[in-house]
Amino acid sequence: MTEIGLGHYLSLGAIIFFLGVMGIFLNRKNVIVILMSIELILLAVNINLISFSIFSGDIVGQIFTMLILTVAAAEAAIGLAIIVIYYRNKGSIRVEDIHEMKG
Amino acid sequence: MINSLNILLPEVFLTLSIFSILMIGVFTKKSFNLVFNLSTITLLVTAGIIVNSSNVSEKIFLDSFMKDSFSNFFKILILISSLFVLNSSRNFITAKKINKFEYPIIILISILGMFFMLSSNDIILFYLGLELQSLALYILASIDRDNLRSSESGIKYFVLSALSSGLLLYGCSLLYGFTGSTNFDLIAEQLNEDNTGAIFAMVFILVGLAFKVSAVPFHMWTPDVYEGAPTSITSFFAVVPKVVGLALLIKFMFIPFSNIILEWQTIIIFISIASMILGAVAAIVQKNLKRLLAYSSIGHVGYALAGVATGEASGYESAVVYISIYVVMNIGAFSCLYLMKKNGEYKENISDLSGVSKKHPALAISFLIILFSLAGIPPLGGFFAKFYVFSSVIEQEMYSLAIIGLLTTVISAFYYLRIIKTIYFDDSVITFDPIKDRFAQFTIFLSCTVLLTFFLYPSFLNNIVNSLFIN
Repeated sequence: MTEIGLGHYLSLGAIIFFLGVMGIFLNRKNVIVILMSIELILLAVNINLISFSIFSGDIVGQIFTMLILTVAAAEAAIGLAIIVIYYRNKGSIRVEDIHEMKG
Repeated sequence: MINSLNILLPEVFLTLSIFSILMIGVFTKKSFNLVFNLSTITLLVTAGIIVNSSNVSEKIFLDSFMKDSFSNFFKILILISSLFVLNSSRNFITAKKINKFEYPIIILISILGMFFMLSSNDIILFYLGLELQSLALYILASIDRDNLRSSESGIKYFVLSALSSGLLLYGCSLLYGFTGSTNFDLIAEQLNEDNTGAIFAMVFILVGLAFKVSAVPFHMWTPDVYEGAPTSITSFFAVVPKVVGLALLIKFMFIPFSNIILEWQTIIIFISIASMILGAVAAIVQKNLKRLLAYSSIGHVGYALAGVATGEASGYESAVVYISIYVVMNIGAFSCLYLMKKNGEYKENISDLSGVSKKHPALAISFLIILFSLAGIPPLGGFFAKFYVFSSVIEQEMYSLAIIGLLTTVISAFYYLRIIKTIYFDDSVITFDPIKDRFAQFTIFLSCTVLLTFFLYPSFLNNIVNSLFIN
């Protein structure tokens, strides 16, 4: 059995990060899914930071993670608020419908 | 401890003012005017505190917060420009019924975030400042909450900006992992060309910063957000966050990435060329003035980045001079938009300006001066800004960058001159309401005066900027 090392954690982080980015670009349905993708990106960063922190024996990465969690919560709150006011004006949150301005 | 607080005084003062103004806003009725005046005073007093503080470089809080002449200069630039942006848009805010007391407070909060970004000497503080600024800007973009276009611009800005912050943060995590530290000075010691992981991280961080200054290929949000957001917010977006973004690009080159400047330079050159070309070409077909100014601002960021791309102090100086003059031009241009009011509705199409020179000669001549300056026609300020950038680029023998820059200047002159043609030579179709907006008129006058007289004392700005890069 192979030992689980830093590389494995970083790969996990990279995969989740990639899923998050792809979720934003490939999603054609719902803005809420985009919000979830953004959360995924931030969680991938957290996995990265914690694994670096554990393997280098430096506590700063974990402190950084706590702060990112806080920021992610604030960002989700503001994002949802903006989606609510958009829904009130438009009556839909489908990504395809967001095309009032283009060109 | 007391000494650290002295260094932190502008930030502490701004934070406490935000808290107390917020409380005043909550507990008094119809508090918009009061809150607005208090916010203006706060901006002035904060600027006063910074002017009076010493320019000696000092680091506090485990070297995570750095105060130096560089950050002081940009802080003062931010404060003064937001002062003009806020006050010149006051009548607009009232007419558009977005005069909620939160408006100036959220602007102050975003400025606080910018302060921490500019003074950061640590990835953590830098990221938190960036997010404080961005969260405030998301709300500002959608502040006209009963308007579909404003809320749509908010949603677009939120999604793309959150994505770019995520990319930047991923870069920060890699940088922390591959250098073992979050402090800029320690990162700089650890970095060299063999550290592939860290170079990878640098690319991610650069993407995040390029998004903030809306450089191509991360500009997609700019035209939509500029068009959809209320004009007063657009003028804030076009001026203040751009200044900060550019300052941070220079700062990252100076401290954490000083050893891998060649890799950094290659990307900046590409971004700069792409922005100049897109800014010139895409603006030609635009009919909406705000959208046109968005593309023009993409182009201007391209020119400023050309100065940054040189990787030399003279290039950074030219970029800082460029962005300062850009601020003056854009504040003037947006203040002109506040005067284009007809039957209570603000006009923002180029066709609305048709023949304005006959009825509104003062507005027409201000547009003329500002647009000539944006196009870079001598002897106006915009010409000198471009001249400094290109001379420092040529000094570094980056001829292709200089040639592309000059070509795009010629192309972009076309659409600026087309507006002037519309103003002066087309048939008059519209008479705007008479406006008694003293501060907006004063702002336009000031902006035109600065642009017209810049060639008399160019050394005034140059000397200040020179002193920033001595240490």
